[in-house]
Amino acid sequence: MDFKGFDHSGGPGGGGTRSVKVMIAGGFGTGKTTMVRSVSDIKPLTTEETLTQASADVDHLIGVADKTETTVSLDFGKISLNDTLMLYLFGTPGQERFWFLWNGLFKGALGAVVLVDTRRLASSFRAIEEMERQDVPFVVALNVFPDSKDYPVEEIRDALDIPEHIPVVACDARDRASSRDVLVALIRHLKDRSSIALEPR
Amino acid sequence: MSAPRRPMNPSGLERYYVLTKGRSGPGGSASSLDVATLIVSRTAPAPGLQHEHEEILRRCRDPLSAAELGAHLGLPFNILAVLLTDLLEAGHVEARDPIPAHNAGRGPDLALLEEVLSGLQRL
Repeated sequence: MDFKGFDHSGGPGGGGTRSVKVMIAGGFGTGKTTMVRSVSDIKPLTTEETLTQASADVDHLIGVADKTETTVSLDFGKISLNDTLMLYLFGTPGQERFWFLWNGLFKGALGAVVLVDTRRLASSFRAIEEMERQDVPFVVALNVFPDSKDYPVEEIRDALDIPEHIPVVACDARDRASSRDVLVALIRHLKDRSSIALEPR
Repeated sequence: MSAPRRPMNPSGLERYYVLTKGRSGPGGSASSLDVATLIVSRTAPAPGLQHEHEEILRRCRDPLSAAELGAHLGLPFNILAVLLTDLLEAGHVEARDPIPAHNAGRGPDLALLEEVLSGLQRL
C-alpha cells in the first residue's frame, strides 16, 4: 500500500523532530493556563488522566463516596523552536496534592516556571516546595495583576524564602512577549547552572 | 480550571473498557510514555486494525506528542498509553521521549539549551 508522506529512510516527514518540555506550576488561579495560552503556537489543548484511586473516598471535591474515578487535567501548548525542535508547555493541576498521581509529571522536563500572584503569595508556596523536593530547576515569575501592589522583588523573595540563586522575574502572563521572556529567563538559568556544574573542581 | 472532577460521561468508562479490552493501565514500554513523547508512524494503517489504532497511525505521519494525540482523540492519557503500547510492540509506531536538559553520563546539554534559547528569542 502506498503511504503518502511516509518515508522508511527517516527522511522528510519530520524524521528527526525532537521535543523538550517545560512545566508551568504555581498555586490555583496564578495564571498558568493564561501563560500557556499566550505563548503557544497552537490553540491550547487539554489532556486528561483518569485516576482510579482509593483516595476518592476522602476527597471532598468529589463528594460522592462510591465514585473511585477522578480526572486530573493538564492544559498544554506548543512552540516550534525551529524545524526540528518542539517545546511543549504544560500547566500543572492547581492542587499540588495531585501532582504525584500523574506519573512522572516533572520527569524529563528541562525545568519549570513557578507563577506567583503577588496578592496571594501563600498560594504558590507549596509549588516552590515541591520543585525543591523533586529537584526540578525553576524560576519564579511574579504575575503582575492589574490590581497588584508594586512589590519589590527582594521582599517577595524573603517572604517566600526563595534561595538567592533562583531568579525571580516579574511578568504579565497575558502578554506573549512577557511570557516568552520568562521562558528565556528559565533557559538562561539552566545554562548558568550547567556552566557551574561544568567548572573544574 | 484543572481541578479533578468526575468523568463527564459515565458511558465513557465502558467505551474505554472495550477499547483497551479491559486493560486498565500501561505495562511494559508504555509505562515510560511521557505527555511530551513524540509518536511517529512506522507503517501505513493496514486493514483489520482496530479503528483507534488506525486513527493513531494516520495522525502520526508527522511526529505528534502523546498529549496532543490524547486531546485530538478525546482519550485519557492512560487509555491512550495502552493503545500506544500495542502499536509500539507491533513496531507500527516509534516513540521519542523528550530530551532532558541533563543527560545522565554526558552532563548538561548546553547545545540543546542554546538551541531552545535561540528559538525562543526568534518568537
